[in-house]
Amino acid sequence: MARLSLDNVTKSFANFDAVNDVSIDVGDGEFLAVLGPSGCGKTTLLRLVAGFEKVTSGEIRIGSEVVSGRGGSVAPEKRRVGIVFQNYALWPHMTVAENIGYSLKVAKLNKAVARQKVEDALALVNLQGLGDRRPANLSGGQRQRVALARCLVAAPSLVLFDEPLANLDVHLRASMEDEFASFHKRTGTTIVYITHDQAEAMALADRIAVMDGGRLAQLATPRELYHEPANEMVASFISQGILLPADVLSAEQAGQCKVRVLGAELVVRCRPGERPRTGAKICCRSADLDVSPDGPGFDGLVKRVIYQGGSARIEFTPSTSPDLTLHFEQPDPVVLESGAQARLRIRSGWLIPAAGAVA
Amino acid sequence: MSTRIRESRGQEMALTTAVAIVIVLLSLLPMLRLIKEIVAPGGTLSTVAIKAGLASPATWVATWHTLVVGIGGTLLAVLSGTLVAVLITLTDIRGRSALVLCYVMPLMIAPQVTALAWLQLFGPASPFLKLFGAAPPLGTKNPLYSTSGIILLLGVQYGPLVFLLVRAGLRKLPRELVEASRAGGAGWFTVLVTIVLPLMTPSIMAAAALAFVSCVGNFGIPAFLGIPANYLVLPTLIYQRLAGGGPAVLGETAFLSVLIGVIAMAGILAQEVMSRRRDYRISSTSLAAEPYELGRWRPAVHAGMWLLIVVVLVLPLFGLVLTSLVPGYGIALTAKTVTLDNYRFVLFEHDAASRAFFNSFWLSIAAAFFAVLVAVPIGYLIAWGKQRWVRLLNLSVELPYALPGVVLAIASLLLFLRPIPLTGIQLYNTVWIILYAYLARFLVLALRPTISGYHQIDRALEEAAQVAGAGLFTRMRTIIFPLLAPAAIAGGLLIFMTALSELTVSALLWSSGSETIGVVMFSFEQGGDSNYAAAMSVITVAVTFVLMLVTNLLAPYLPSGVLPWRD
Repeated sequence: MARLSLDNVTKSFANFDAVNDVSIDVGDGEFLAVLGPSGCGKTTLLRLVAGFEKVTSGEIRIGSEVVSGRGGSVAPEKRRVGIVFQNYALWPHMTVAENIGYSLKVAKLNKAVARQKVEDALALVNLQGLGDRRPANLSGGQRQRVALARCLVAAPSLVLFDEPLANLDVHLRASMEDEFASFHKRTGTTIVYITHDQAEAMALADRIAVMDGGRLAQLATPRELYHEPANEMVASFISQGILLPADVLSAEQAGQCKVRVLGAELVVRCRPGERPRTGAKICCRSADLDVSPDGPGFDGLVKRVIYQGGSARIEFTPSTSPDLTLHFEQPDPVVLESGAQARLRIRSGWLIPAAGAVA
Repeated sequence: MSTRIRESRGQEMALTTAVAIVIVLLSLLPMLRLIKEIVAPGGTLSTVAIKAGLASPATWVATWHTLVVGIGGTLLAVLSGTLVAVLITLTDIRGRSALVLCYVMPLMIAPQVTALAWLQLFGPASPFLKLFGAAPPLGTKNPLYSTSGIILLLGVQYGPLVFLLVRAGLRKLPRELVEASRAGGAGWFTVLVTIVLPLMTPSIMAAAALAFVSCVGNFGIPAFLGIPANYLVLPTLIYQRLAGGGPAVLGETAFLSVLIGVIAMAGILAQEVMSRRRDYRISSTSLAAEPYELGRWRPAVHAGMWLLIVVVLVLPLFGLVLTSLVPGYGIALTAKTVTLDNYRFVLFEHDAASRAFFNSFWLSIAAAFFAVLVAVPIGYLIAWGKQRWVRLLNLSVELPYALPGVVLAIASLLLFLRPIPLTGIQLYNTVWIILYAYLARFLVLALRPTISGYHQIDRALEEAAQVAGAGLFTRMRTIIFPLLAPAAIAGGLLIFMTALSELTVSALLWSSGSETIGVVMFSFEQGGDSNYAAAMSVITVAVTFVLMLVTNLLAPYLPSGVLPWRD
């Protein structure tokens, strides 16, 4: 078990920064998910931590040891990290038991002890009796478990998951998610989990690091990410938040302030210390919207209704700003129809902090 | 921490250094030595060697001959190889894999064996023609002892080479391009001429360049067919000079060998220039086009293809076997005359011949074994290495094989004529100089399949071993080598087959006691003992066949394209 710290880590390829000035502190035994759209630099981040790539600048520490920094880089085989690869990377020329026991053999562990450890690892992932099979004769879920067993048999100080569920079908995902969660609970290992799937990240992680264009957009608990996104990218990326232009009318009071959105005034949650300003943005969720209320609100045109089973995705253009399109979900019974006029009211929302504001 | 960081680099550095040493020894050193001999014979810069070479009329005659048979052989190979590739790939011909196997076979047979087989077929002593009483009277000149004979056999030998490259190109042709043209109203022939062949220009030109290099560097065919007619090309001129003058004429032959190298390179450059003139890139990837239905022409095309196979493969080999079974020159094969004496003689009685079998076998095994071992780490640096300069490695390993074998042979002679400095070890006039040349020349045959093997392996397999704590050498041994073994070993088998009856290099490097199969075969033929030469040829061809069958067992584990004869 060890802490992992990244200090101002930058990785440049040719003339673009795959990872740009990222600082993250992962506590002992913490489960951190790194979340972001493809190309955001999350896989490069994992490869930097594992040691497959060398940092351009900045420093990575595992426990108290600097493993990547200006002085050079400790080779991956000396870092004592475990990785569960996206495509499992099981060696096709070895049996399941040989795959799992590989690191023990490399470490020249006593054979009997090693065999016992492999048995224990197999039991831990519910694969007793499959030690003699070849990876080719296993199902996707079983391969995933072998990869997990292989990684934990060496008792690594840190386990990295590289989109481990991307190749599994939906049903298997849910059960593997449970498995990962219980694995974390049982072993208390520090875990860094790379994914592009928010539901996965939310379900598993203690904290989530959202990455965008090589930068760390926000590092927070799942709840905070959802309710208090630090910037527009996080707001729109997490659960497809609805972004609306707003003017802040009053200073923060008890975590709330008054704003004007599309001509209507409302009270939204905000960070302490917010002051009146123009050109701000608020983030709200489908659940924050009232469709066709009688009281205050704003009118607009329903451009499209896409029924998705149980709910519909609505495209809505407010009449006051016709170049703005809002997307939101409306659960059944869906009352809106495309081409119809409707009235919306925003009940609540979150004022996105001004760029550069310190949390 | 700093010690841990230093440790981390150790094995990688060791690997890079070892690979660099191997490359320098096997590729760069001989080439540099050869160039030094030309521009600075005896250690000082001078143009004496070049001037002397240019002044000799024999140089010009041989250069002219080289160009004539080189270009003629290339044209024939390109025409026949492309035609066969189009017929086999784009039409609904039956028995495709059998046709590919049979058509590519001559490529696996040493050129001098091809030459010998054809000579036996058409000569006045031909047991085959005698079967029908059709042989010309003894003393008649064999029609193959001529320019057109050399061109014909070069075309037969290297047509398959063109076939393989063009076929690979045709298989990547997206079917939409053909279908769009047919939808536009074009008939099959119009599609072929306006769409398929223009798109295949890069493949055809690359194939032509390769065939040209092979033709101008070929020694076996002009040696068997040209020397009796006193028609010398550069490789045979070098051979005759060296056989007559010994080490004293090395400087002169060095010039001639560089001349061959220059001609070969000119062919490759011409191809580069021509293919840059237009953009032939195919942007889409898609399924191959539906085969064209031959319809009522199908029986005729089948018959034509199999007739071609009979002419280029079956008849020559048949003639070779017949010759190996008759007791002497000009004797007809009958139930009374048939004998296995020739085999007994070359295997057990003739000292040089039995020594040659022994030498060639262990030389081929050693070259194959070494290449398999070395190809894995070199391939690692080339395929997965991060340093840019490493890619130059690939080029320098290709060089000794891309250049005609004569060039490497002369370079090796120059390098080892005197004992190796500091150690005093003498390689000249021993079998070891042949081994050196084989290692240098054939390494790339194992390296190419190994590199394509690397490209098919998910790098994560190595990374998984790395995070499991395995150092570079452990990973090589336990993960990378087992995964690459089929490709590397297939490469090794290709080397074995090529080296077993190799002639070009060993003809210049052999000495008494270090004869190879090719050399003894050649001297039998030159001495008029075609029956013995035929017996040796049949044995090597049989060994090659068996090895091809064995290698086929590896096929399911190999990247496609590693085994040339597999469809």
